[in-house]
Amino acid sequence: MTSRTVLGLATGAIYAFLFLPLAAVILLAFATNQFGGFPIEGVTLQWFADLWANDAILAAVRTSLVLGLATALISTAIGVLAALAMVRHDFPGKAWVAGVLLAPLLVPEVVLAAALLLFLSWMGVPRSFPLLLAGHVIFALPFVILVIQARLTGLDPAYEDAAKSLGASPVQAFFRTTLPLLTPALLAGALFAFTISFDNITGTLFWKPGGTETVPTQIYAMLRDSVSPEVNALGAVMVVGTVLVFLVGLSAMRVSYHERTD
Amino acid sequence: MKMPGTDSKGADSKRALAHRWLLAPAIIAITLLLLVPLLFTVLLSLGILNVGNSENTAGTGAWQSVLGDGFYWWFLVKTLLVAGVSTLVAALLGYPPAYFLATSRSRWRPLLLLLIVLPFWISYIIRTMSWINVLGASGAINEAAMGLGLIDTPWPLLYNQVSVIVGLVHFILPFMILNIYVALDGLDESLPGAAKSLGASSWQAFCRVTLPLSVPGLAAGSLICFLLAAGSYVTPIILGGPKDAMFANLIYEAMIIQLDWRTGAVLALLLLGALGMVTAIAARFLGLERIGRAAA
Repeated sequence: MTSRTVLGLATGAIYAFLFLPLAAVILLAFATNQFGGFPIEGVTLQWFADLWANDAILAAVRTSLVLGLATALISTAIGVLAALAMVRHDFPGKAWVAGVLLAPLLVPEVVLAAALLLFLSWMGVPRSFPLLLAGHVIFALPFVILVIQARLTGLDPAYEDAAKSLGASPVQAFFRTTLPLLTPALLAGALFAFTISFDNITGTLFWKPGGTETVPTQIYAMLRDSVSPEVNALGAVMVVGTVLVFLVGLSAMRVSYHERTD
Repeated sequence: MKMPGTDSKGADSKRALAHRWLLAPAIIAITLLLLVPLLFTVLLSLGILNVGNSENTAGTGAWQSVLGDGFYWWFLVKTLLVAGVSTLVAALLGYPPAYFLATSRSRWRPLLLLLIVLPFWISYIIRTMSWINVLGASGAINEAAMGLGLIDTPWPLLYNQVSVIVGLVHFILPFMILNIYVALDGLDESLPGAAKSLGASSWQAFCRVTLPLSVPGLAAGSLICFLLAAGSYVTPIILGGPKDAMFANLIYEAMIIQLDWRTGAVLALLLLGALGMVTAIAARFLGLERIGRAAA
């Protein structure tokens, strides 16, 4: 065996380590076994039907969707402005500002979760949906800024200047030239923010009011007993759903890339 | 909010100050939702401000009772150890695929790279929980071993320190692979070739040229992985037993279960301080910007 073959085999083993556990989730979602374990005794779609009839899970999905969309909207709106300032403007203390914008990435999630809970409780905000939303926005914001910044850096400000020299006001020029060119990055940033919110669990456990569950905390609560086939079914839906969104996002990026280069 | 100087008429000075308006929402949000809360946590831990049922005597009492208690120190050391071991394992497991990807000329390379990024998008709790299906009493490994007649009763693979580390490695490995890959991909391919043409074996060329040049990526990836592992809250609960809790679990326990917010504040700051020290030491060697990029 050449060393290249050994390397290839090692790489294959790592990919198996990364993805076989997820394959087990999907397989067991279709198994008739009552207690969600191997060996698979038969094939059924019952667990998916159970999911659809489970009010707690449906409520959690609704909460997560609303929270994710609100997080995406707010953090993208705030993030695009900050990214514009960082890419299009020079000012004293810029490196320092860049550090502040990345600060939420550098503080461990559990510390941010605890600190925000303590401070907002002191301000009179209890564990609630607004607290959840504020926390998710802070988690998502640095990622949104980085994504939009990366795209803005490649955008020539000459378009905006050209529009202005043709008589557009600065605001018009921005909305008619830069913003449309920035749309793919805005969507990517929003998708990022949505995913971060939809996936968040540690902060959410600190901030959520009693009785409210998001999808991850609902799964977490269901895991307290053991892995039920229903959890596997939910996991299968989420994994397959994520892969589909991922592929759609990828092809969308490809299309916009070709539009840009053609 | 009124910024000084925004009344000026000149378009140039308007443009020169536009960044303030653009940055204001983000800076205000991060200040109010991160920096001020951290400052507040310090004041609360010292009893200067109070919230909930935290005892309202100012002083270092809460700090003294935490720092004087070996239990908390033991947890801190254990948490850093578990994070360190997970990071080391991730580095060892992550290097070969990163090297393979960086040196591959296969037309599957873009797909293989995408697969490394894919776990970031897949639900963390599902990825963690999936190990119960693998390591559990009726999980894939035990059922396979019993099916082959190797054992009669299942191995206790789950709910121990090892299963927690397996879950952490599974979570941090993509970060490690990507960071090493980026370092290796940016490497001048002719360098190991030059070493070989000067008589080095492939293995020597790797050890003396490629490996040292990939150290920045390895170090940045290790720091990110270490911080993620050391702050993990969910993995030890789902994959560990009662004895395998980590420091983040202590913070939650103090704050949410026992409602002892002042102790929770001290514990959160202690973790922040410990991880901040690790980051500061790493930043001296790597530069802060690099860490920010690695985190993203």
